[in-house]
Amino acid sequence: MSAALRTEGLGKAFTLHLQGGTHIPVLGGVDLAVHAGECVALWGPSGAGKSTLMRCLYGNYGAGAGRIMLRHRGADLDLATADPRQVIEVRRETLGYVSQFLRVIPRVATRDIVAEPLMARGMARDEALDRANALLRRLNLPERLHGLPPATFSGGEQQRVNLARGFAPFYPVLLLDEPTASLDAANRAVVLDLIREAKAAGAAIIGIFHDAEVREAVADRLFDVLPQQDAA
Amino acid sequence: MTTPLLKATGLNLRFGAIPALVDVAIDVAAGEVVAIVGESGSGKTTLLRVLSGMMAPDAGDVLWLGQDVLAMGEAARRRLMRTEWGYVHQNPRDGLRLGVSAGGNVGERLMAVGARHYGNIRAEALSWLAKVEIDASRIDDLPRTFSGGMQQRLQIARTLVTHPKLVFMDEPTGGLDVSVQARLLDLIRSLSRELGLSVLIVTHDIAAARLLADRILVMRRGQVVEQGLTDRVLDDPQHPYTQLLVSSVLAA
Repeated sequence: MSAALRTEGLGKAFTLHLQGGTHIPVLGGVDLAVHAGECVALWGPSGAGKSTLMRCLYGNYGAGAGRIMLRHRGADLDLATADPRQVIEVRRETLGYVSQFLRVIPRVATRDIVAEPLMARGMARDEALDRANALLRRLNLPERLHGLPPATFSGGEQQRVNLARGFAPFYPVLLLDEPTASLDAANRAVVLDLIREAKAAGAAIIGIFHDAEVREAVADRLFDVLPQQDAA
Repeated sequence: MTTPLLKATGLNLRFGAIPALVDVAIDVAAGEVVAIVGESGSGKTTLLRVLSGMMAPDAGDVLWLGQDVLAMGEAARRRLMRTEWGYVHQNPRDGLRLGVSAGGNVGERLMAVGARHYGNIRAEALSWLAKVEIDASRIDDLPRTFSGGMQQRLQIARTLVTHPKLVFMDEPTGGLDVSVQARLLDLIRSLSRELGLSVLIVTHDIAAARLLADRILVMRRGQVVEQGLTDRVLDDPQHPYTQLLVSSVLAA
């Protein structure tokens, strides 16, 4: 069985045209493979490029070199060369990403934000909202907040909205960037359960977990992300 | 892969010495929201006007479902604008009839495509006023008694009541209160999701483009300098001008 996600020689550098064309290499020769039901933690010092790798895997950053082969609709698709419409389809059906920041249209209710990716897959509105409410409750977000937009929520509450949105649809490949950073112990335990359940259901998970306890609890192995030499 | 609804290639247009469009190609698929961003004078609105057949380019093709828009007669183009297309003007007063009631503005478009039953037309108008959050009690008021934000929402209701497939929007949230902007963004997005509406939106509001658009095109001096997936163009911009544009945005 082929990997759910596999990179081959993935590289990424940034050219800052406003800073006189400064060239910053961040990733080079990354070969990562993650299988269904497995959780891999990206490991490396701050600034090594863990978040950059995650963003490349999501297609948020364009890959500079190499391939990103993703299992999508039963075939391998190279995300590095996929066109925008394919990436959108992949994000709807196969690839989820829980970032550290919640970016949403102002004034949209929390439950609608969580239900949106479900409805995008064709789920009926009532069913999607039920599922959203249930997941938000499970993440200890009280019912009275579900109808409010999350703009005024605390950092931990916003993170839980993001988590609910990321876990609601079940993505076969899920990227988690510091999913427990702003959470207390009780909510961290809920997230650990959600990750375990997703793995048991066959999801391939790639995460950045600075919290050692969380990492040890869910990660099957570590993947080293090494800082690139600053090329002269 | 779905075939695009609208497809334009090789568009060129000059206003005297000024290049307004330089080799522009663009396509829009069903259900897609595509944003065109760039500074004032970059050719965004000109592109919208050319694509909607309101202005002829010096060279290039515009195809709507395979049909040549530029070769179409004025009557055929107007029919298209009444039925399968909609155009939301930057200034709502350009898209509304100010001497006709709010309900009349919405109902008129329905009548133009053949609706005749007064009760049905009024009911449909009321339902669209509700969708854009205009109170039913204002249905018989003239749009000139409305605020700018309400006029803009009325223009959107008038445009969408006939269920067009593609809507051209020229800075629809420009000059509005931020609270009204947010409501409009949510409205446009949910309509495109629920009705499968395609939207081609010109804006200089990068934050709005990020929240609304599936794809984005960056224009400068009549050229498309960069295009692609919205969040990738904004977070990993390649062209010097896009980098400048993105780094100049105030984070809220």
